[in-house]
Parts: sequence; C-alpha cells; structure tokens
Amino acid sequence: MIFGTLLKQLISRPATNPFPVKYMPKSVTGVLKKVAAGQAAIHPPVPTPKDLRGKIAYDRETCIGCGLCEKVCPARVIELYKPEGEEKNKIRMYVARCTFCAQCVDACPVNALATTEEFLLASPDRFAESLVVE
Amino acid sequence: MNNQSIKLEVGGSTACYTVPVGPVHPALKEPIRFHFDLDGEQIVGVDIKPGFAHRGIEYMGMRRNLIQTLYLSERICGICSISHPLAFTQAVENAAGIAVPPRAQYIRTIIGELERIHSHILWAGVGAHELGFDTLLHLTWNVREKCMDLLEELTGNRVDYAIPIFGGVRRDIPAEKAPLAVEALGYYKGLLDQLVDTFLHDKSIEMRTRGIGALTYDQAVELCAVGPVTRAAGVPKDVRQDMPYLAYADMDIKAITPRDLGVEPTGDVYDNIIVRLLEVAQSIEIIEFCLENLPEGEITSIPKVPALLAALKNAEGEGIGRHEAPRGEVIHYVRLVEGQDEMAAWKVKAPTYSNLMSWVPKFLGDEVADIPIIAASIDPCMCCMDRVHIADETGTTSEKTKAELVRLSREKTRRICG
Repeated sequence: MIFGTLLKQLISRPATNPFPVKYMPKSVTGVLKKVAAGQAAIHPPVPTPKDLRGKIAYDRETCIGCGLCEKVCPARVIELYKPEGEEKNKIRMYVARCTFCAQCVDACPVNALATTEEFLLASPDRFAESLVVE
Repeated sequence: MNNQSIKLEVGGSTACYTVPVGPVHPALKEPIRFHFDLDGEQIVGVDIKPGFAHRGIEYMGMRRNLIQTLYLSERICGICSISHPLAFTQAVENAAGIAVPPRAQYIRTIIGELERIHSHILWAGVGAHELGFDTLLHLTWNVREKCMDLLEELTGNRVDYAIPIFGGVRRDIPAEKAPLAVEALGYYKGLLDQLVDTFLHDKSIEMRTRGIGALTYDQAVELCAVGPVTRAAGVPKDVRQDMPYLAYADMDIKAITPRDLGVEPTGDVYDNIIVRLLEVAQSIEIIEFCLENLPEGEITSIPKVPALLAALKNAEGEGIGRHEAPRGEVIHYVRLVEGQDEMAAWKVKAPTYSNLMSWVPKFLGDEVADIPIIAASIDPCMCCMDRVHIADETGTTSEKTKAELVRLSREKTRRICG
C-alpha cells in the first residue's frame, strides 16, 4: 500500500497551499516592486469559497445609527459615535478585534453592513487604515 | 485524587519516586499537572492537578447579552466549536420556551456531525504522532482538510462556524451546496477502509496500543466516563441514543462499541481507536440521512434580531442543554431572569471533566513511555474543562478536601447550636 501512496504523491499536487514565492527572496520589497511593474509573478492567494465571512463592509450613507450592531457584537469591534454636524450616529469598526461571526450583518435593519471575501488582513499596526472601517 | 506521597522502604529493595509531568510539558498538548509514583518504569500511583487553563469564561458570559455570549460559548473549545453552542442554544431555548423549526434542527445536526468527523480524524493523527508514526499524522490531517473545506463552504468559517442562533440557524444549506457535502462524504467513505486498515491492522500500532491504558466496564460506569472513552470500555452510553434531541430522534442511533467490529471491549487505546474510526462512519450515515430528509420550511423561528433580544430579555426560567460532542457529553445549564439582558447563571460541563478520573485506572500498571498515548487517549481538552483555579495573594495555594469541608460544616453547626 505504501508504494501505491508514494507513486500517487509523485504525480499529485501538494496538499498545502503554495507560498507567494517558492524561495525566500533576498529582498521582499524588491520582489513586490517587480510584481507591481509586471516583471515577476507570485502565486495568488488561495481562492475563497462563496459566502466567506471576511472583512465587514460598511455603507455609511445607508446607516441610520440605530446601534443594534454595537449591541450584538460579541467582540466589541463596533464604536458608535456622533459625527460633528450630522444628525445620525455612525459607526466605526476596529477589524483587528473582529471574530467574523457577521452577527452585525444579520442584525442591521437597513442592510448597511455586508460580508466581503477579503481575508488577508494582517498588519503590524492594529489601527492601520485597512483595519479601521468607517 | 489521593495525594500519594513518596513511599520509601528503608533498607528494602523497592523505592518509589515521584515524577511530575506538566503543567507545561512536550508530551502534553495543554497544561495539566500529573504526579506519577513510579516503581522502576511502572506507574503505581497517579495524582492529577487541573486548573491551569482557567479563563473565567462563565463569569464573562454572565456580563454580556445572550447573543454575545453565544459567540463566547463557541470559543470555550477550538475544536468543539459547534458542540458548546448546540448545548448552549438548547439550554436557552428550554429556559425561554423558544421553538426550533425542523429544518434548523437538521442543519444543526449536519454541522455537529461534520465536526465529529474532523475531530475524530484529528485525534487519530495526534494518537499516531504520540506513537512516533508521523507519516500517519500527515495522512490523517491531510484528509481532514476535506471536512474543513466543506464546513467553510457551508458556514463561511473554517472554525467557529457561527451557525446556531436561538430559535434556529443563521445559514441555510441551499440545494446547490448539497452536492458538495455528498461529494465530501463519498471521499471519506472511500477512504475509511484505508484508514481502518492502516490503524487497526498495523503491527506496530497494535503492539503500542493493545492492553495499554485499559479501562474495565465497571470502572467506566463507576467513574461516570462519557463519550468514546466509555464506549471503548463496552458501555453503550451515547446522548444521541439515550436522550435523542435535534434530528437524532428521527433516526435509529446505536452507541458504537468495539463489539461492532467483533472485538471484546477492554477500554484500551486500541479500542478507543476502533470506536472513533467507526463513529466517523456513523457520522457519514447520519449526515446522509439528514441531507436526504432535510425538511422544507423556515430556518429560524425568530428571524428579527431586535425581536429575539426582546424575547430573551423577557424570558424567565432555567434550562439544560445536552449534546454528544466528539469527546462525550457536554451539558450547559442556564438561568434567565426577566428584565435582564445577561444570564443570571451559566454552568458548563465539558466532556473532559467527566473523563478526567478515568485517567487514574488507565495509567496504573503501565510504563512511563506509555504516558503520552494514554494521556491522549481520552482526547483531553483542558481549556474546555477548567472552571476553578485556586490561588491566594501570597502565591501559595490551599485546597479543602471533601472530608475537611464536612468537618468544618459539622463544627459550625455545633458552634451555632452551642
């Protein structure tokens, strides 16, 4: 049985997802610059299934500021605040805390929140622009 | 848990010595402390000290509203991330008198059984790793990914699925996604014979697990062991069979024991492997039944979140929810008080809590080198289980045994009554 498995593994694709580049480059930023200029290619991120619960998108115009999302959020991601010169409350989301349960999406009465397929969210700064949604 | 002290026979030929293992040790996946009394290589006494992974999660849950606590209950255990919410939602639904539509019950069952498949396969890999059989670890964890991918397709998350909500489920299994599940089940069906063959007919696995960590029928009953540990000892105990809930009442579920494979149960590690592998096959059958007989209708009885919050706030009463998690029976107790968003009380009993004491007879008589596989054989989950940590401000700890507490209680009676 073991030889059958070995032979099969010679022709089958690896079970793990490939890294962006096969070997550690001398300069990561150098490779990224080359990719941006179209001179090099990297392995794309793994494809996501339909309806993945990724980063939450916020439609500020539709939001009525009811605060229901803030009430049900288990990770206290959502901050309700009143912008100056505006009538209605708005929310700010700190994605670094998010557990991606999407309960806020279910709770929103006007569908101002939606899940996206964006999941590569690592950043050294938890208040980075990509990690604060408003 | 008798505190065995060092036995030293002066002038005699035998001297026992105590070897501590843990709380942090390469042989353990999670923190727990063992004291082994050893006679040469043989274990002659065991003491277990849990409490290193206590997080105060029940207290945290009692300070949030119930919808927030539902997602906290998912995080009691990383692997049983549907088992705890299933028991918790049932407890709250019992307390608040909320009905669950049949379709939602079937969907909950499907996700619960998918979790059993990936949990048992994960355990098989860990067991193989503890025996030094790492190729088998990689094989099992590779095939486990199919189940994880299916869960991600069905729920949107790889772990912490966020599927049950009080009164139903949050996501339907639409007709176009059912073929994905059927395909994954077919994959496991084709693979199961190979897994059973690799694990049960391998000479080295048999030599390392046969007769190791044995637990008799009587010990399993006496120590109230649950789940695969008790079934491996030949006790046909399974919540799905004994007190059917969700969709399990619609099918004929029988607790799996090694007798199903024609093996007389001894409760050893080999029997644990048999039970867990056969349960993967049983779970596949259950999911197939659920997919074929998925009832039409609503997926939740209270779809609007504000209405649900109001219903939970106005509820008064107590409820218990039980679920047969991959590791055994999990019980949640909940008490709700009217006009209050938070629960008044929350008690979580994880399966490892019931299985902890079965470690003692399992270890006794075996050798030091068997410690990792016996420890792994009950599939322990410390962070699920730890509810108490004893500490005081001086850094020393003290514990009261049952006998001491009874003595203190009687003394107080005498003191008060003069």
